[in-house]
Amino acid sequence: MASNFELLSEQGLRLDGRRPHELRHIQCKLGVFEQPDGSAYMEQGNTKVLAAVYGPHQAKGKKTESNDVIINCQYSQATFSTAERKNRPRGDRKSQEFKMYLQQALSAAIKSELYPRSQIDVYVEVLQADGANYAVALNAATLALIDAGICLNELIVACTASLSKNNIPLTDISHIEEVSGGPKLTVAALPTAQKIAFLEMSERFHIDHLETVIETAMAGCREIRDILEAVVKEHLLHMGSAADWGRVC
Amino acid sequence: MQTLREFTRKTKRGNILKIVREHYLRDDIGCGSELCRNCFQNEVYQLTSQHEIQCSLFKFPHYIVVDTNVVLDQIDVLEEDVLRNVIVLTTVLNEVKHKSSSIYKRFNELVHDRTRHFYVFVNEHHKDTYADREPDETANDRNDRAIRIATKWYDDHIRASQSSKDLERTGKTATRVILLTDDAGNRAKAEADGILVASAAEYVKSLEDFPLLMDKLSHKSFDSEKQALPQYPPHLSMKELLEGLRQKKLLQGAFQASRENYLEGSVNVESFEKGILIQGREALNRAVDGDLVAVELLPESEWSAPSEIVLEENNVYADDVPSEERAEQEKDMLQQVQAASAASAEERSPTGRIVGIVRRKWRQYCGILQPSLIEDTSRHIFVPADRKIPRIRIETRQAAKLQNQRIIVTIDTWPRNSRYPHGHFVRSLGPLGDMATENEVILLEHDVPHCKFSEEVLSFLPKMPWTIKAEDYAKRVDLRDLYICSVDPPGCTDIDDALHCRQLPNGNLEVGVHIADVSHFIRPGNALDKEAAARGTTVYLVGKRIDMVPELLSSNLCSLVGGVERFAFSCVWEVDHDANVISKRFHKSVIKSKRAMTYEEAQVLIDDPADQGEIAKSLRNLNKLAKILKKRRMDNGALVLASPEIRFQVDSETHEPLEVEAKQMRETNSMVEEFMLLANITVAEHIAAEFTECAVLRRHPRPPPTNFDPLVKAARYQGYQVDIESGLELAHSLDKCVKEDNPYFNTMIRILTTRCMMQAVYFISGSLQKEEYFHYGLAAPIYTHFTSPIRRYSDIMVHRLLAASIGADSTYAQLLERKSNEELCHNLNYRHKMAQYAGRASVALNTHLFFRGKEEDEEGYVLFVRKNALQVLIPKYGLEGTLYLKSDKDGKDGLERTKAQIIFTFNEEDHTQRCGNFVFHSFDPVTVRLSLDSSNVQHEKLVFRLVKPYIKGFSVEPKAGADDKESQAPPPTKKSKKDKKKK
Repeated sequence: MASNFELLSEQGLRLDGRRPHELRHIQCKLGVFEQPDGSAYMEQGNTKVLAAVYGPHQAKGKKTESNDVIINCQYSQATFSTAERKNRPRGDRKSQEFKMYLQQALSAAIKSELYPRSQIDVYVEVLQADGANYAVALNAATLALIDAGICLNELIVACTASLSKNNIPLTDISHIEEVSGGPKLTVAALPTAQKIAFLEMSERFHIDHLETVIETAMAGCREIRDILEAVVKEHLLHMGSAADWGRVC
Repeated sequence: MQTLREFTRKTKRGNILKIVREHYLRDDIGCGSELCRNCFQNEVYQLTSQHEIQCSLFKFPHYIVVDTNVVLDQIDVLEEDVLRNVIVLTTVLNEVKHKSSSIYKRFNELVHDRTRHFYVFVNEHHKDTYADREPDETANDRNDRAIRIATKWYDDHIRASQSSKDLERTGKTATRVILLTDDAGNRAKAEADGILVASAAEYVKSLEDFPLLMDKLSHKSFDSEKQALPQYPPHLSMKELLEGLRQKKLLQGAFQASRENYLEGSVNVESFEKGILIQGREALNRAVDGDLVAVELLPESEWSAPSEIVLEENNVYADDVPSEERAEQEKDMLQQVQAASAASAEERSPTGRIVGIVRRKWRQYCGILQPSLIEDTSRHIFVPADRKIPRIRIETRQAAKLQNQRIIVTIDTWPRNSRYPHGHFVRSLGPLGDMATENEVILLEHDVPHCKFSEEVLSFLPKMPWTIKAEDYAKRVDLRDLYICSVDPPGCTDIDDALHCRQLPNGNLEVGVHIADVSHFIRPGNALDKEAAARGTTVYLVGKRIDMVPELLSSNLCSLVGGVERFAFSCVWEVDHDANVISKRFHKSVIKSKRAMTYEEAQVLIDDPADQGEIAKSLRNLNKLAKILKKRRMDNGALVLASPEIRFQVDSETHEPLEVEAKQMRETNSMVEEFMLLANITVAEHIAAEFTECAVLRRHPRPPPTNFDPLVKAARYQGYQVDIESGLELAHSLDKCVKEDNPYFNTMIRILTTRCMMQAVYFISGSLQKEEYFHYGLAAPIYTHFTSPIRRYSDIMVHRLLAASIGADSTYAQLLERKSNEELCHNLNYRHKMAQYAGRASVALNTHLFFRGKEEDEEGYVLFVRKNALQVLIPKYGLEGTLYLKSDKDGKDGLERTKAQIIFTFNEEDHTQRCGNFVFHSFDPVTVRLSLDSSNVQHEKLVFRLVKPYIKGFSVEPKAGADDKESQAPPPTKKSKKDKKKK
């Protein structure tokens, strides 16, 4: 898939006109559905993801025996999400992998001690895929968890980073940058605590650059966190406005 | 700061896809002008108000926006340091990049030249200049519109920031922005939009101070020719070509013109082993050597065979219409060709005709102007130095000045109704026949980077006076006490290898090869390193060396000169007396060479039994071991190949050759060579094991059996069987090709074998299977270059890898990256090949200079028998030339002979030429008279005339008392493959 595209032009702009440290345009919304306990919609550039959360509810079957909270995730990608129609929305290797990664990252954020013998279901649906699918899916899941009122240690957010040929790190990789042959590093982090919950890398680059690329991804995470926090606050204000309080009480 | 705009695009990848990409429009892109006070400028201004140009068309200061077609066609005008303050739109840059990578590269250099004030304006991402593609608009139209929008915006923007008050006060006129475009449609629309616009030609002609710039304009057509009749069939359109290629009706390949016959060429197509033959002017259909063309295969009944005729184009003049006579001559040639094809059905090869050009590979060509018959004309014919390139018509007003100069010309177009392509003058190199000019031509023709090292590159050199510091001693093994010495050709200043050998207490021998530690001085990634990587190799011309690294390193700090402490990378073995390696180690070291010797001096030292000094003893041991190593290598099937090589004694002042001598091979040459081979192989094994993915290695592929055809055939005519099954069998059968009465026969067979070989290449270990690492010529399973880092970049890479593997140096990102290493290897292979060709061209040039005004009778041998000529090799000068047997109709080679009486008959069966009682076979000895034909100033050529055997009416009379001394040619030397490549 490697092509000759330079990820970063000499004028310092990326293929889509962003500068190296700039995120794509982010838009998100909490509480988009009535049925689940929590839901969120997130757009990061052209990557669009819906997330829904059920629970916490009683764990079924054998799972009840464990004292820990069970986080059950599902990652699926709509058949119309890519340029060429996908045949299988979920259950393929890639989705399975992402599902496990989601579980891993979320279990680092959820205050599991508060939910013994219970289960939380997180369903993520990628409506349109344009790079950094996992990261956006995780961010949407975080928002949905907040919407469901589940206690988190901290917002868990993910961001990708890459490295251009002249060794300048790039934040938030789009699809075209992914397939142009650059390496891709995905970091899921608890930005305030400066903890990394999950790290994945495709392709290789020299270890000398690892630190700067991780730092770039972390900076992206912090930026996304600020945006998400603002959205959550906005949502709460809206929820807490006179009209809505009236309905709840 | 950012807005979101999406655009859709359909691409073809089997099926049609809709691709949606984000496209961010920004408000933080500066206009780059000094005048502007509104823009956010994050760097130094590129567009100044300093530069003013006198232009009769626009009599006010202006910035120039260039359209894509102007960049593509008039790059030579742009390269001239005249136009400044040029705004380069990214739309244009991308289009140029897409259309021609070579022009993009040149254009990019201009953009980077700060003194030229070219500013790249990212109009595609600027919020005010982005043009969304409208429905039913072609990509081209959109780009044109984007260029117009940007120009318009720029003009308004600049005018807005120049207040009329200021202008009045300073008395200046306002700066405007003009658009240069050669596209009539775009121009009309621009005028309608109120943009100041001109064509490149108009603009250049209006520059009052630079009248000569006009010569560099690219001409798409000459007025006089508009009505002329088409002389070539039309090319298919791109669409038809792609369709035809897809349906496999047409075949695509690179066109290769024949050096010997201007009406013949071949196209290398993947599915055909030999390439498709193209014959005749119309079938060639305006293809120039190197072009990627589409070929239509002719039906098998029309296939023909390579004509084996040497045909050169006669002088032509600019206003010539193809005369009856010439047409006749061409027909004649074709008939001969057809006759040939009827006679030898089995030798016919696939023949085709060119129907279209997929991609032109035109470049700049060196050559001279042909003197014109008409005075005061501006139209001229340019004759390229490379015979594969057709003549080019150019327009110039300075013909008188350029008459005796080497000039560079480029092709612009080749219309159907013109016999020759149209081009324009680029620059002059200097007077004809001047050594510096001629060397420049050779370097340019072989794409050898030879400009001076830039200040930036030089800034990375160590500061003088340079001394070895205590910490250097601490890091390196101290070998200063060892008796290390170097053996090189006389006059060598870049000594990169030295040797030692000593007795160990346990009776074994310790052998060390010490290589100059260039990688210590050239740190990865800096300008010095990049320059060296781009150059790839040092190029040796006769009497001139084009260094890969600056002289301070090549001849001083890195060179392992005698008696001075130097850094080295050492490879040390413990061997027993039968040359079996017991152990090996690599380390960086400090050495002090005891003596830098020539091969001859070393030989004398070895042969002198009285000398029992340490150096002599160690040399004798080395020599003894080398002989064992060589024998072992031969038994494995390494080939001993021969190529005629000569050395010139060059006058130190005039740089003209004084004397020619064949290179001598001594035992010591072979001794040094054996240990270099051993070191290379040892290092190759080591780095390949350490770095399975990214080690730089060298392989020599086994040639395909068909390559050996000429050799096998030539040997068969002489009654010898050459076995080509394996390297070992080939080596053995070559040894058996000995003729009692012709001592040179074996060497000639080996020369032929050399020509059957493939080129050895660098590659990256991860890119091939282990079995493919094989080096055919050396019969080594793995090989690399380690021993000459001063003159080869590959060796520097190997040094770095080796250093990283033993912990002597740190790794860095690029070193371990397979992809970038592959690109590097690709460049090295190319540079290496070009350096070889340049070296040969330089030898040829000096041979000609040597024969200027001389005439000599020399003994030679027939190498090939061709249909109308004999290919003769003169061992003394390592020279190969053609002895024409049938003169051309007009007898232009100036030989006086009575054509009617002398008839040579060519025998297809055993490839012989018969004339009366004389029969010429391949490998027959002949005596020929050499003289220089200077009638064509550009291609001075050596003329061969037969002296012995004497054929009345054909041969020239032997000189009275022909100097016997000279005719006794020294036997040319045998050389092994490796040494040849070292060159």
